[in-house]
Amino acid sequence: MLPDYFNIVFFFMLGIAFVGAAFVTSWLIRPRAPSQAKNAPYECGEVIKGNSRVQFNIRYYLVTLIFVIFDVEILFTIPWAVVFRQMGAAAYFEMVFFIGVLAIGLVYAWKKGALEWL
Amino acid sequence: MNIPWLALLSLLLKGVAILAFFAVNAMFLIWLERKISAKIQNRLGPMVVGPHGALQLIADTVKLLLKENIVPAEADRLIWWLAPFFVAVPTVAAFLCIPFSQEWIVADLNVGILFICSITSLCVLGVFMAGWGSNNKYSLLGGMRSAAQIVSYEVPLLLSVLVVIMEAGTLSMQGIVHAQELGWFCLKPNVLLAFLIYMISATAEVNRVPFDIPEAESELVSGYHTEYSGMKFSMFFLAEYANLFIISAVAATLFLGGWLGPLRPSVFWFLIKVYGIISFLMWIRWTLPRVRMDQMMSFAWKVLTPLALINVLVTGWLLAGKG
Repeated sequence: MLPDYFNIVFFFMLGIAFVGAAFVTSWLIRPRAPSQAKNAPYECGEVIKGNSRVQFNIRYYLVTLIFVIFDVEILFTIPWAVVFRQMGAAAYFEMVFFIGVLAIGLVYAWKKGALEWL
Repeated sequence: MNIPWLALLSLLLKGVAILAFFAVNAMFLIWLERKISAKIQNRLGPMVVGPHGALQLIADTVKLLLKENIVPAEADRLIWWLAPFFVAVPTVAAFLCIPFSQEWIVADLNVGILFICSITSLCVLGVFMAGWGSNNKYSLLGGMRSAAQIVSYEVPLLLSVLVVIMEAGTLSMQGIVHAQELGWFCLKPNVLLAFLIYMISATAEVNRVPFDIPEAESELVSGYHTEYSGMKFSMFFLAEYANLFIISAVAATLFLGGWLGPLRPSVFWFLIKVYGIISFLMWIRWTLPRVRMDQMMSFAWKVLTPLALINVLVTGWLLAGKG
């Protein structure tokens, strides 16, 4: 028998081969006629102004920070969700406490305006 | 060392079968989407190539293969090249754990649902790489918006999946299907709420209307894939429809009993449920307008996330009371 996790590696290789094969096929048969105007980034036909790597708003950073906190929380919760029925009421109330702490964090971020987009 | 050649060969055959399904499914979905949109808008849709335009996508694929590869000036070439891989490869990998029927699953990993959720969230990297690498203002804005949207809706999505994990007590996809033999999960009110949250968040995850802000063509041209042409563009397109299939397949498995049904073959039941959900999402796409960015973000954090958290606690209370 193959180990379970070999399947994952194999499917990743398969995906890379699939995309790679599509690119190679296209590379073999497509025409090549680059020109300066053609390679200019698209800006609705206007002459390009300034750099496109502009500064972006701090809100994106705040949202991503909150996401990281919640994502890690959910990762901690998944093993609990699988076994909590065998662990009885104590496990449930521990999770209520854990989620409660995070809920306080969410309320704090909300009050501080981290969730406002405008 | 003893290499299990037979198992390797069988895995290879399954992989090729999945790839064939991957391509044919995307072609069918694109045709279906065009036909449904045409019906809703009182048009005919593609009619010329093949009966009712069924072969249109083959013609389109040949056209895309023959398209020139245009690299935008001053693009971040490595990132720009890698982005289609980051978007398309995880969608192929996610098919590993999708249970088409009792026998038709490539590998029933014991962490199945966790694997699918984590692997499909890799796509956000590819989307942002495409936005950053293109050296185009629209692409960058689209990529930023898309990243913010996908991570925001990831939280309620995972919390609603958590409710199903609690009900089933397992992470394996087949285990979740077997746990529903006495009744589909969506028949319980708390899981029905989770189903609703899942469908809303999943629609946002795959950037579909009413949550298609990253690709809003009236303001951002085409969002993060504005600068892509030919095969690279088609990889983004393929991944979009493969993702649509994956979220619908996960919804069918987690909430609607997967391949369970009164008559054999069960793969038939699975496909009916999946394509039913997909048609519903297409119907929504061609009916609703898109929501505003700030409304969308505050809906994820101020409505869906608290609701999903409360739902997890209520589900725990109900199950702990029983057991």
